[in-house]
Amino acid sequence: MKVIHKLFFITLLLFGYFLSAKTIIICPTCKVKSIKEGIAIAADYDTLLIKKGTYKEYNIQITKPLTLLGENYPVIDGEDKGEIITIQSNDVTIDGLFIINVGTSYTTDYAAIRVVKSENFLIQNVVLEKLFFGIYLEKSNNGRIYHNKIIGDAVDEYNSGNGIQLWYSKNIEVEKNIVQHVRDGIYLEFSDNITIKKNTSTDNLRYGLHFMFSNDDVYTDNTFENNGAGVAVMFSKRIKMNGNTFKKNWGTAAFGLLLKEITDAEIINNTFEENTIGINIEGSNRINYTNNNFIRNGWAVKVLGACYTNVFSKNNFLYNSFDISYNSKLNDNSFDQNYWSNYTGYDLDKNGIGDIPYRPVKLFSYIVNRTPETIVLLRSLFMDIIDFSEKVSPVFTPDNLMDANPLMHKRK
Amino acid sequence: MIKILKYSFYDLMRSRWSYIYFLFYLILGFVLLFLNNDVSKAVITLMNIIIILVPLIGTIFGVMYYYNSKEFTELLLAQPIKRSSIFLGQYFGVAGSLTLSLVLGLGIPFVLYGLFKSDAIFDFSLLLVTGAFLTLIFTALSFNIALSNENKIKGFGYAVLLWLFLAVIYDGIFLMSLIIFKEYPLDTFSLTATMLNPIDLSRTLILLKLDISALLGYTGAVFKQFFGTNTGLVISMVMLVLWTAIPVWRLSYKANRKDF
Repeated sequence: MKVIHKLFFITLLLFGYFLSAKTIIICPTCKVKSIKEGIAIAADYDTLLIKKGTYKEYNIQITKPLTLLGENYPVIDGEDKGEIITIQSNDVTIDGLFIINVGTSYTTDYAAIRVVKSENFLIQNVVLEKLFFGIYLEKSNNGRIYHNKIIGDAVDEYNSGNGIQLWYSKNIEVEKNIVQHVRDGIYLEFSDNITIKKNTSTDNLRYGLHFMFSNDDVYTDNTFENNGAGVAVMFSKRIKMNGNTFKKNWGTAAFGLLLKEITDAEIINNTFEENTIGINIEGSNRINYTNNNFIRNGWAVKVLGACYTNVFSKNNFLYNSFDISYNSKLNDNSFDQNYWSNYTGYDLDKNGIGDIPYRPVKLFSYIVNRTPETIVLLRSLFMDIIDFSEKVSPVFTPDNLMDANPLMHKRK
Repeated sequence: MIKILKYSFYDLMRSRWSYIYFLFYLILGFVLLFLNNDVSKAVITLMNIIIILVPLIGTIFGVMYYYNSKEFTELLLAQPIKRSSIFLGQYFGVAGSLTLSLVLGLGIPFVLYGLFKSDAIFDFSLLLVTGAFLTLIFTALSFNIALSNENKIKGFGYAVLLWLFLAVIYDGIFLMSLIIFKEYPLDTFSLTATMLNPIDLSRTLILLKLDISALLGYTGAVFKQFFGTNTGLVISMVMLVLWTAIPVWRLSYKANRKDF
């Protein structure tokens, strides 16, 4: 019965579609030559089919439910004059456009596509180049941003915008987008219940992904490479971070993941590879770090004060210059059953767990925190000797900071 | 000079020491790869060996060889041969055979384990190059010490002390001075101090490949210039060449003037 019901429903929908919606064709040689013209004559739920060509337009206001469908990527050139498309209606779809030359301003955030107070929108297969802000959602809910490519040319932070920005928006899916060379790849402010999946955010000036005051968000299977910092999660609660890759975020203030004032988050199955600092934690409580891989980072985890009840378990720490760094003698975080490539203990009872605890904080990391220039003495024999003496009897590092059950073999 | 070089070289070959040295590295290389299955960890362990063991062996071997072949040297001095070619020949004979043992001993296992197919080839060749340089430098330094000290015990003592100083004590003093003067801008000082010790210099070269992500964490224009671009690599290489050239030059200078 259910199937029949569904079929019936779909047929009805199709009928409704063919009955009411018509398609308006726009091309440089057609009757309707510009998109604005097309929007003006279109009725609700119509489709504007935009054929290949260049349309020099900006300030395109979409005030009724429409579908803008591009064929073979028509170019909309804003000629640096301002905002290009503004959506101010529910049920708008934008598909397959190539938008370039968004105006740069120091007073207004011009965007290639802005969605204002609208619901049920879909923005997909759009290519944005030479932009200020890319896709800007403003108090808009229940939408989807899928498979877009945003390639900016940002040089300085102060005169560049973000790739995808969500402001006071809820229940949005951001999936399979590619964002490069902008300020923040994806930026969330006061946005809850957002799903960010399978995006690639690379070469951005500031952060690949940036959360501010946003709660209950999930981001999974994204790749963040060579950004100022991979992901910054600030002042947010209950964020789930699963299966992401943070790679090659190098520099003096570069992090794979920056956590600041975060509580009750989950960080599972992520890979942190070759970052200056894998995770930088500040004022963050009750976070579970499980099954992550930290590979060849400068500092795998750097803890800067006021971090309580964090649990690190079943992670792989492989060939990092420093595994964990603390700046105080206080420790309220626990480390259990991780694999540490620097562990030198033995396993006599053959249960796969080392018989002597591992102390991940070295004296040298404490020295480097206080006198950064000493980093040039990394891996010298003298340093190994004093690290060893600190390991035997901790004086400067928290003495309860240890992994009592270090794994003998890498967790697969 | 070539003839004496050849003679010294074959003499060492016959004396089995270079075979033992070669076998040691060969076994070490195989064991490392066999136990680790991971080239990056093997490279770290190898680095520790190269910056500590190679200078020690170069120093001890150089001093030993010089004192052992002293009678033969005196015999050669009676012949119409240029003094510099006698000593340089001996030096290059010893240093060459040590370098060969090192490069072959470590190279063979890594090549057999498919190094050419992995992307660690550059890191590894850098390790071998620094190892070779360290051998050349420390053998030259030990020859200098031996040449200046007639007394064997004294010569040995100085040589071991030199190694201890450069491998451990220097870094200790370096660290202390960095901590004491931490209020001052220290990045130029710390890089210069690194350049003045061949062991630290080779360590830095390897760190450039191994721990570059950590090194770039420090805020300092000089550091950034040094580690972030190829400048560091070029300067370090030039310094290594200087570190080899100066002791060798002093060796021939001293040898020409010494009264035997």
